[in-house]
Amino acid sequence: MTIMLSTRALVKSFTLHLRGGLKMPVLSGIDLDIRAGECVVLSGPSGAGKSTLMRSLYGNYRAESGSILVRHSGKMIDIASADPRAILAVRHETLGYVSQFLRVVPRVSALDVVAEVLLARGIDQDIARDRARNLLLKLNIPARLHGIPPATFSGGEQQRVNLARGFIAGHPILLLDEPTASLDAENRAVVIEMVREAKARGTAIVAICHDADVRDAIADRLFAMSPYQDAA
Amino acid sequence: MKGYNFAYLDEQTKRMIRRGLLKAVAIPGHQMPLPYGWGTGGIQVTASILGADDVLKVIDQGADDTTNAVSIRRFFAGTAGVATTTATSEATVIQTRHRIPERQLREDQIIVYQVPQPEPLFRLEPSRVETKRMHGLADYGLMHVKLYEDIARFGQVSISYDYPVMVNHRYLMSPSPIPAFDNPKMDMMPALQLFGAGREKRIYAIPPWTRVKSLDFDDHPFRTINAPHPCGLCGATDSYLDEVVIDNRGSRLFVCSDTDHCAERRAAGHVGAQGFQEAAE
Amino acid sequence: MTEPTLLSGRGLNLNFGELSALANVDVDLWPGEILAIVGESGSGKTTLLNVLSGRTAPDSGMVWYRDPSGHLHDVHAMPAPSLRTLHRSDWGFVHQDPRQNLRMGVSAGGNVGERLMAQGVRHYGAIRSAALDWLAQVEIDENRIDDLPRTFSGGMLQRLQIARTLVTHPRLVFMDEPTGGLDVSVQARLLDLIRSLVTRLNIAVVLVTHDIAVARLLAHRIAVMQRGRIVETGLTDQVLDDPRHPYTQLLVSSVLNA
Repeated sequence: MTIMLSTRALVKSFTLHLRGGLKMPVLSGIDLDIRAGECVVLSGPSGAGKSTLMRSLYGNYRAESGSILVRHSGKMIDIASADPRAILAVRHETLGYVSQFLRVVPRVSALDVVAEVLLARGIDQDIARDRARNLLLKLNIPARLHGIPPATFSGGEQQRVNLARGFIAGHPILLLDEPTASLDAENRAVVIEMVREAKARGTAIVAICHDADVRDAIADRLFAMSPYQDAA
Repeated sequence: MKGYNFAYLDEQTKRMIRRGLLKAVAIPGHQMPLPYGWGTGGIQVTASILGADDVLKVIDQGADDTTNAVSIRRFFAGTAGVATTTATSEATVIQTRHRIPERQLREDQIIVYQVPQPEPLFRLEPSRVETKRMHGLADYGLMHVKLYEDIARFGQVSISYDYPVMVNHRYLMSPSPIPAFDNPKMDMMPALQLFGAGREKRIYAIPPWTRVKSLDFDDHPFRTINAPHPCGLCGATDSYLDEVVIDNRGSRLFVCSDTDHCAERRAAGHVGAQGFQEAAE
Repeated sequence: MTEPTLLSGRGLNLNFGELSALANVDVDLWPGEILAIVGESGSGKTTLLNVLSGRTAPDSGMVWYRDPSGHLHDVHAMPAPSLRTLHRSDWGFVHQDPRQNLRMGVSAGGNVGERLMAQGVRHYGAIRSAALDWLAQVEIDENRIDDLPRTFSGGMLQRLQIARTLVTHPRLVFMDEPTGGLDVSVQARLLDLIRSLVTRLNIAVVLVTHDIAVARLLAHRIAVMQRGRIVETGLTDQVLDDPRHPYTQLLVSSVLNA
């Protein structure tokens, strides 16, 4: 199957100027290939850099060196060296990201938080809201909550809105950061099903997932990471 | 009067004013600075343009016989030795305050308006620098805002005199405090129209046959309103009327504000309902 | 990047006596994007906004604007009438203090309709409908259309300013601390309004703010300024989540809720 995402010698460290320029290396030369239809789960202990890798794939963290190639509109774009506008285009069309926490925007209802993604793609407002509604219902967010901004929702509810927002556009590549962390068993099952459906459509998925059962259900393989070891 | 130059002003001053007038005629409706002078702008303009063969008429609110009109007429008769008249048809120069004669003016006539405040945007924009810029850039949205506000508040534009006009499709102009009723007379007038504002030191002009359009909205067009009564003396139904109290009981009579026009009509045999009152005038 | 920019500044320098207000600043703005210029007081961000919008001339450097037909204009070489026309049609400017951009003695409807009238719209009914429509869009009760702004709250005044600015569908709007001085709840409403209007109408915005949370919410890209220089620039999430310049790190860590 086609390689959708590929990193070569990806290096990322942080320089903490507020701590006198302390340098914290996190990723030291990651090589990773993700194919269409497969789900790769990043595994390893805390501090291994799983989140850092995921955010780097999304272009949220800027790589120090190395490449991050994404198949976008038939071409491979290097996120590590692309200009900001190109990264926005890739995120819009190709690369989706479900973060661990929903970033709450004041006054926008749960329904619109999800529907916005489709509206931005030029889809008719009624159709967009219909699809958003259905996905929220599938994730067990009852209709009475759809018109309410998610600020007052529980952690689990917020996460499900986040998931709906991440999955609704049908991006060819999805990055999932702890997709089931605050969910109960029933909703975990829904998410597992959504991941399976996405894979069946050819979506390439990279996930961080501490829950062993969920990991076993969605992962085609694991990518093991370990914390940066000093040379000395 | 001996010892005075023709029409009182020295030739230098007259030349300066005439130069200003020529420039003003070249840019219809645009305000030019008036070179130093004194007294009313109307007098200065008239003084600059009077020639020995001119015939001068002076009216004040349409009447030839008010104190001011009489004084000014006598002044020019004395300093310029020109002939004067009360008949609009005989005048070559007409100096006016607050009215345009009812009789249509001719190409060989000049009408000089006295203007207290030449700036049409005066009440809306206090800054002179700003109004100058607005005229320079033809940025007149603010004037329309005023009209909009009137319609929103009163259902119609509430300006009854000194109603702003666009001259030659370019400059916003104050026609001086003539009633809105008179505005249409300015449009394509065959006579040259000159405006002098002495206190503000401005002159402006409208050349003959120039488009002068009162500001309005497409769906609230400018309209003049005729008085519901005819003139009590001559029976005219289309002239601008003054309301006159005629006795201690408060009885009112509506008469033409343009005294010459009324007299002409009566001389031609027109009689109004109160025509017999004429003797009391 | 092949897509042409809407507005670009290159090599902008401006000194106020000894003080370097702008030092070799380069800025780009693309159609439909929101760029936040973030910095503390004295950073030069408002000066940059004024230079980009043609209100203040730089000592050196150029600012170009690409009009709808694709022609480039040197903003500081344009004749004053052209720049003024631009400000009245294609461009808009939202001030921190709405009173600077409103006629307090003119009704809300008159304020919103003025730009239309300045552009030559001469139908009272059409102007009034447009004003009603825009008041609704900025969530001002349409019954206030004939009220004077004197009677409006701070948040309402700001929303009225926005309606007045957007009524002519400008392609580019400059905003100087649009939520400055407003209560937090009022800010939230205003930010949401700006966000949805600007997105729906595909307006490009240069937004100056000292408030990182405002930048986070509204902007696609962010430029961080310190003492007249742009020290860091990138996508909003990049700069705020992965700040690289020492000053940016200080700024981000100083905010309670970035």
